[in-house]
Amino acid sequence: MADPLLVIENLHKKFDHLEVLRGVDLRMNGGDVVSIIGSSGSGKTTLLRCVNLLEDFHEGRIVVDGQEIGYAVKGGRRVRLPNSIVARHRALTGMAFQTFNLFPHLSALGNVTLGLIRVRGMKKDEAVAIAERWLDRVGLLERRNHYPGQLSGGQQQRVAIARAIAMNPKLMLFDEVTSALDPELVNEVLNVIKDLARDGMTMLIVTHEMKFAYEVSTRIIFMNEGRIGEEGPPSEVFNNPKTPRLAEFLKNSSF
Amino acid sequence: MEFTQFLNELWIARGALWQGLQLTIAVSVLAIVLGTVLGLFVGMVLVYAWRPFKLLVRLYVDFIRGTPVFVLVLASFYILSVIGIQLTAFQAGVLAITVFCSSHVGEMVRGALQAIHRGQTEAAMAIGLTFRQTFQYVLMPQALRQILPTWVNAATEMVKASTLLSVIGVAELLLSTQQVISRNFLSLEFYFFAGLIYFVLNFSIERFGRHLERRLAVY
Repeated sequence: MADPLLVIENLHKKFDHLEVLRGVDLRMNGGDVVSIIGSSGSGKTTLLRCVNLLEDFHEGRIVVDGQEIGYAVKGGRRVRLPNSIVARHRALTGMAFQTFNLFPHLSALGNVTLGLIRVRGMKKDEAVAIAERWLDRVGLLERRNHYPGQLSGGQQQRVAIARAIAMNPKLMLFDEVTSALDPELVNEVLNVIKDLARDGMTMLIVTHEMKFAYEVSTRIIFMNEGRIGEEGPPSEVFNNPKTPRLAEFLKNSSF
Repeated sequence: MEFTQFLNELWIARGALWQGLQLTIAVSVLAIVLGTVLGLFVGMVLVYAWRPFKLLVRLYVDFIRGTPVFVLVLASFYILSVIGIQLTAFQAGVLAITVFCSSHVGEMVRGALQAIHRGQTEAAMAIGLTFRQTFQYVLMPQALRQILPTWVNAATEMVKASTLLSVIGVAELLLSTQQVISRNFLSLEFYFFAGLIYFVLNFSIERFGRHLERRLAVY
């Protein structure tokens, strides 16, 4: 069996005295689509942000594609790696944010090419070709010269996804990417993600869209109070919750 | 009759006034450029530096901003020479206005950088940009766009502040004008003329700023 693409072991994360993650273990193989569900404050987003090293974590380890990221043990002590290496580790994963976070001073094309040119070291022509291919893939090729302010929320999120995926990450992280969108714009973004799933992209998704999670995921993880409360294939998790907490959560979620 | 006399005197004084104008432009451009470069650095330190260093620069900014430019001009000319730093009046004047400009630009840059949403930095880091790259390609362009209107305003203030160099003997436009007036006593006419030139200078800066703003107004 192939090595897992993502290994999270005993992950702990505190904000001051509040322990948000209390020992999370997770393994994902290439091509897995794992959706994380759970109520607000259960640690879903924090977990995702730890995988992209946007949050420090206090205990445990994360391995992406065979590389332990963010920290190393030196002389028996756990130390955070220098920023230049952390930046390289971050580029192993791609992240799409709830609030898109496109760069407002760059066009759609400029948003996608920035990382290709500055991080991957590509020539401009090469970067533009790749960026255009991904903008086409998310249905926005003809808007490549538009600035974020000239795009709808759904379009901005699709550009943001193209920006992340164009970097050719091993793993894509989606952090509630439809939460800030008008209901009528949600589907255009979800369809892009489904399309990527069909292509075999490995994805870790935090979402409140239960129907989408059900359809797209190979596995569902229910987070509860900083731990994995329950996990399994979508049909099992959604249809036969084993814990009362998940049953209650599902009852209160629109599905 | 008086107007032709003024024109006549203006013709006689043209060399001195032209030199004065050139000095005013030289002082202003130098102070604005150097002050802006220094100000960008000051702003960066105020946001990102190690705390003691930040406090030191904060002290510098508050001290300079709380001091009249006039005092800065006198201080850089007289006090520096006391401690053994010999500057010409021109150098001392440029130094004073540069320092003044840097404290204002520094505050603008600090405000603009802090106003940028955290998500911008996170998105840049998420695609693997280093902090330096994030600053250079994501944060600074947005901050510069943000400060442009106030920066243009500050630039015109520096042109006005350059008149203070007349007190330490830099023959910029105001001092040249005064020297011309001491010969022909046409004070009203020549002060008005000088005022007109200052207006044209600052109006040009403002138009240029508007032009830049429009060009950059894509988002």
